[in-house]
Amino acid sequence: MSDYMQQVIDFISQPWPWWMGGVVIGTTLFLLYFFDKEFGLSSNLRTMCAADGAGDFADFFKFDWNTQWWNLMVALGAMFGGYMAANYFGGDSAAHVSPGTIEILNDISQRAIFSEGSVPIVAGTTVIKPVIDPFWDIYSWSSLFSVRGLIIIIGGGFMIGFGARYAGGCTSGHAISGLADFQLPSLVAVIGFFIGGLIMTWLLLPYILRIPF
Amino acid sequence: MKVFKYILVGFLFGFGMWKLEAVSTFRIIEMFHFESFHMYGIIISGVSVSIVVTQLFKRGIIKTFKGNEHHFTPKDKAWNRYIFGGIIFGMGWALTGVCSGMMFLLLGAGYTVFAVFLGAALLGTFTYGYFRKYLPH
Repeated sequence: MSDYMQQVIDFISQPWPWWMGGVVIGTTLFLLYFFDKEFGLSSNLRTMCAADGAGDFADFFKFDWNTQWWNLMVALGAMFGGYMAANYFGGDSAAHVSPGTIEILNDISQRAIFSEGSVPIVAGTTVIKPVIDPFWDIYSWSSLFSVRGLIIIIGGGFMIGFGARYAGGCTSGHAISGLADFQLPSLVAVIGFFIGGLIMTWLLLPYILRIPF
Repeated sequence: MKVFKYILVGFLFGFGMWKLEAVSTFRIIEMFHFESFHMYGIIISGVSVSIVVTQLFKRGIIKTFKGNEHHFTPKDKAWNRYIFGGIIFGMGWALTGVCSGMMFLLLGAGYTVFAVFLGAALLGTFTYGYFRKYLPH
């Protein structure tokens, strides 16, 4: 591989500044509107339910889900994007969180696990950081077979799926496209996301993570 | 080509969200503890550019590739569902540290346990659809 290619890869592999969010999200929304579509990833869950025959049980799933194939392709592309970014453009695979956050994370685990630069992007074993303290090894199969992993993965998944459809959208549908269209319902939903997130983060999550089995 | 363009949009979004660390549980914990501007910066810049994009399409300055104006569907004017559904979603988001979009990134990155998370999310969606008529909207 030429030096030039390596330079490009290294450039992309750096951590991206927050304002790149405007570029990434803005371009995504622009392209989807240009293709005469919407931005909303959680709608795929409804489509998958309908495709599996959930329409026999509830009218909510009786819709022309064949017209939603494009959104499943967006999700497939997102999977591929995650794969490439994690494996080939991961850089140091660290989440560059603030010193205050490191302190909070160590408070949650009740011992100093993380120091500056050692917080990984993913709470699990990563390609570049193959060893993670068991306390933060959440996204693994062995974690799934523990009480706390079960609550986090199954409980969290259930609430995401239930809440997104109840609220009629998720972070992409409400917090991005809804807010950008000045939809008051979306603002209410985003306020709801934050109320729920704050309750979970401050009052429940530290105790769930500390369950020793 | 028809399929490819949607995969490309998803790729761009997924790749970018990973590099912005929005996929990280630790960034979500940081956000809900107000310990950094990073996540808020992503949301604020993302929404700001999206406002411009939305207005360009709404005013018909930019048309879709078919040449027609993009149709915007207003959300229902109901309140209970947004606040209750929002709170449940927010609790799930903070519990796993992952939202419905980031789930696909992690699955693609090789965290196969997210297949179970996806299954649980489908069960949640199905449960909502099943009990929909009994819930306040």
